[in-house]
Amino acid sequence: MSAHEAMDAPRLKVPDRALSRARMKVNRAAWAARYYRNFSRPAVLRIAEAIARAGEEKAAHFAEMAVEETGFGVVEHKAIKNRACTHELLDFYRDLDLVTPRVDPARKMVELPKPAGVVFAIAPATNPVATVYYKAMLAVLSRNAIVMSPHPAARHVSVAAAEHLARAAEAAGAPSGLIQCVEEPSIPLVQDIMASDRINVIIATGGTAMVRAAYSSGNPALGVGPGNALAYVDPSAKVDAAARCLVESKSFDNSILCTNESVCLTLESNRGNMERALRSAGAHICKQADTDRLRDYLFTDHGFNVAAIGKSAAWIAERAGIRVSPSVKVLVPVVEKPGQDDLLFREKLCPVLTLTAAVDFRQALTFAKHTARRGAGHSAAFHGQDRARLLAFSQEMPVYRVVVNVPCSQGAAGFGTYLPPSFTIGTGFAGRSSVGENVGPQHLVHWTRIAYARDAAEDLSDLDPAAIATVTDAGAPVPTGILPEEAPPVPAAAAERPEISRELLRQLILEELRSLRRGDE
Amino acid sequence: MFNYGYFSFASKADLLKKAAEFWNPGKVQFWTEAGTPMVIDRREGYFLYDMSGKRLIDLHLNGGTYNFGHRHPELVEVMKAGLDYFDMGNHWFPSVARAAFSEKLVKSAPHMKYAIFGAGGAEAVEIALKTARYATKRRKIVSIIKGYHGHSGLSVATGDERFSKIFLADRPDEFVHVPFNDADALEAVLKKGDVAAFIVETIPATYGFPMPKEGYLKTCQDLCHKYGARFIADEVQTGLMRTGVMWGWQGYGLTPDIFVCGKGLGGGLYPISACLTTAECGGWLIEDGAAHISTSGGAELGCLIGHHVMEMLERPEVISNVHFVAEFFAKGMAEMMARHSDIFVGVRQRGVVLGLEFDHPEGAVAVSRALYENGVWAIFSSLDKRVLQFKPGVVLDVDLCQEILDRFDAAMPRARQLLKGMRRAA
Ligand SMILES: Cc1ncc(COP(=O)(O)O)c(C=O)c1O
Repeated sequence: MSAHEAMDAPRLKVPDRALSRARMKVNRAAWAARYYRNFSRPAVLRIAEAIARAGEEKAAHFAEMAVEETGFGVVEHKAIKNRACTHELLDFYRDLDLVTPRVDPARKMVELPKPAGVVFAIAPATNPVATVYYKAMLAVLSRNAIVMSPHPAARHVSVAAAEHLARAAEAAGAPSGLIQCVEEPSIPLVQDIMASDRINVIIATGGTAMVRAAYSSGNPALGVGPGNALAYVDPSAKVDAAARCLVESKSFDNSILCTNESVCLTLESNRGNMERALRSAGAHICKQADTDRLRDYLFTDHGFNVAAIGKSAAWIAERAGIRVSPSVKVLVPVVEKPGQDDLLFREKLCPVLTLTAAVDFRQALTFAKHTARRGAGHSAAFHGQDRARLLAFSQEMPVYRVVVNVPCSQGAAGFGTYLPPSFTIGTGFAGRSSVGENVGPQHLVHWTRIAYARDAAEDLSDLDPAAIATVTDAGAPVPTGILPEEAPPVPAAAAERPEISRELLRQLILEELRSLRRGDE
Repeated sequence: MFNYGYFSFASKADLLKKAAEFWNPGKVQFWTEAGTPMVIDRREGYFLYDMSGKRLIDLHLNGGTYNFGHRHPELVEVMKAGLDYFDMGNHWFPSVARAAFSEKLVKSAPHMKYAIFGAGGAEAVEIALKTARYATKRRKIVSIIKGYHGHSGLSVATGDERFSKIFLADRPDEFVHVPFNDADALEAVLKKGDVAAFIVETIPATYGFPMPKEGYLKTCQDLCHKYGARFIADEVQTGLMRTGVMWGWQGYGLTPDIFVCGKGLGGGLYPISACLTTAECGGWLIEDGAAHISTSGGAELGCLIGHHVMEMLERPEVISNVHFVAEFFAKGMAEMMARHSDIFVGVRQRGVVLGLEFDHPEGAVAVSRALYENGVWAIFSSLDKRVLQFKPGVVLDVDLCQEILDRFDAAMPRARQLLKGMRRAA
């Protein structure tokens, strides 16, 4: 028996079919984008409504599928998140017109929206369906086509959700190929597509490695990193309300949102109060031995124990060997001194909230800042009434959103606050990202600005923005770049338009350099 | 210096001289005089590079051979993988690659039973004609005037006499030619009851892709059956998704008794062709399996590539892309025709098979030249030089399609000028 037979491995090398198909999906997306970029605002809104409706219809179904496939989270909470990315998300952006040109007679400027084209989006396993819904909506509203690459652990539900939206979009008049999802994602595939000159922008939500890879790809990227949100509970806070917020936030979808609080920091004078309030809100406060057990269970030699991601408090307590009431919502290990090295101060995508206390506000700020560095640029929560301290806290913290007296999971992601609803939380410069806001459709459009001289006599007030756009509902191709009829044949040099291939560009540059050198001789 | 390691040429002129001396003086002279003296050097994707370095976008594709472009990376990978394991194989024996590939082909056309392999289109046509003769025990073959089915013994006799007479290969007693789109003419011949088969390209390529009239092909197929003849579809240029469906006949609601394919089947990397037949016609494969023999027909490397070509063509993304390309050029060419209506007078199209009509008996020769000067290679139809064959590939992307259209537009003034010259000379 040969080695082949023994292993039943293919006798021939086989090309990566999934990669080929993904490249063709990008091609399709480019076609779709070409037509869609000329769609009118009513046509865009019609498609957005259609995917909102379709998404809403199957929000619960996909929530169930997602939990089944990934083992993360809580079905009802996932359904809420999925739903939040349908009509609610659309309503938030409904009045943000990214389609109609803007005329500003006072500043003598006209602005024309130019969609990116093809968006390549990386979705995490933690919020698979909500992310698909959300990114598809962003693409539709900004007149871009999108190809999504789901996390392998959530690919079935992600593909199903994307196809569902794609069908709804097409039925509402969208070009085919506007919303697509890679069926068999892999790291080489994602790297290949990210580096491809056929995509126009990457939205990367996921682990640090993925986000760094997106930024290293050579393509424009909106990458957002992981969080490690800290909630500071000031003595000026109503402790019971604060505790309820924390428990609600940590138990929501078993803390799977990257905006969930990892650490609750208060002042020593307030710690007893906080423990009592958390307990009555449904949390289990761990004694020293339980805290150690939890630390050992959650943090292995290879980092955070992935088995615990998105699991319930009771499930985790059982695995960690802690006796709790079955109705417990959150586990609270207590680390008395806010040192830097305790593993329990790191990000925890599960309903475990580390409680610690500082001697005074100064020490609290120092500790908070250090904690937030792991998860820099992300989110934090402030509980209390003291505005001066809130401002000092927000000024010092390397985060781009501080939510006040609300659950951070939901609040920082724009649910229950006026922050934009988002599953891509910009971690900005502090988090080595290009965007510090909650990512929205406006980030996928750039504007061509027509600017007159300040003292030009031009009066733009009679310009009708709607009439400027070459909008077509049906998306008929509007051939562009056609040379005027009587133009002489393009001279050979000009006709050889620059190629898209980077390799060729490199060659051309080398050739040019060589010819220059020859000129020297 | 063009040093290829195995051979070298001092210059393009040197190559042309040697090609004329040792290979084919007629062809060398023809292309030089036509103003499109191309010697393809590098090739990649849908780009060809002449020895001069000039880049051309390939819209000839050698009749669909380069459906996926030149040296498509995935196909090259398959070819290389194949070379690590297979060679041509031994045509006498059953083989894994041939069994897998024939099954794949037959599954793409469920009313068929067998796939018989050749190395080129003409050979597949040869097999088809022999198969029909076997099934009917009749000798006569009908084809259309200006039809084109290859240049081997039987196939060349089905075609234009330009290619048969010179070799004394025309056989008017056995090969009858009827006008295209004229079912009555076909019936008049079939009526005599001695016809084995009517062979027709689903859309006759070399004749400039004239579109079959509504119902014409179906009527022909029905007439064949009525008079005991077999209907053979030549899908060498219309197969492999080029008309928007895998096989051209599918789009016309036909069920040919036999059909042939070739060209792009080998991905432009390894020659292979196939003749598919129903169980009824393919009886000779049971009676005497070695009745048709071809050492290189169905070479295993070709089967491996062909198998993968079929798989790639079945991918939903590729099918969708074909439709995008077809739609783009439908709209784009309508616009071009409106802009250049003085010379550009008609578009024949099905899928990514296009014939562009120009208002001069040799109009397409001039347009081909004007396009060549503007970086696009598309060939005129040999048997109707009014018509330019315009054959975009199935995986073209949007930017290149737009560039093709822009270059086409830019070439029209030059085409106009060349045509004026031709008219003056005439
Ligand atoms: C329709 C058709 N049939 C058959 C052939 C013959 O194929 P080959 O040249 O591979 O023998 C051709 C070649 O151009 C063709 O176009």
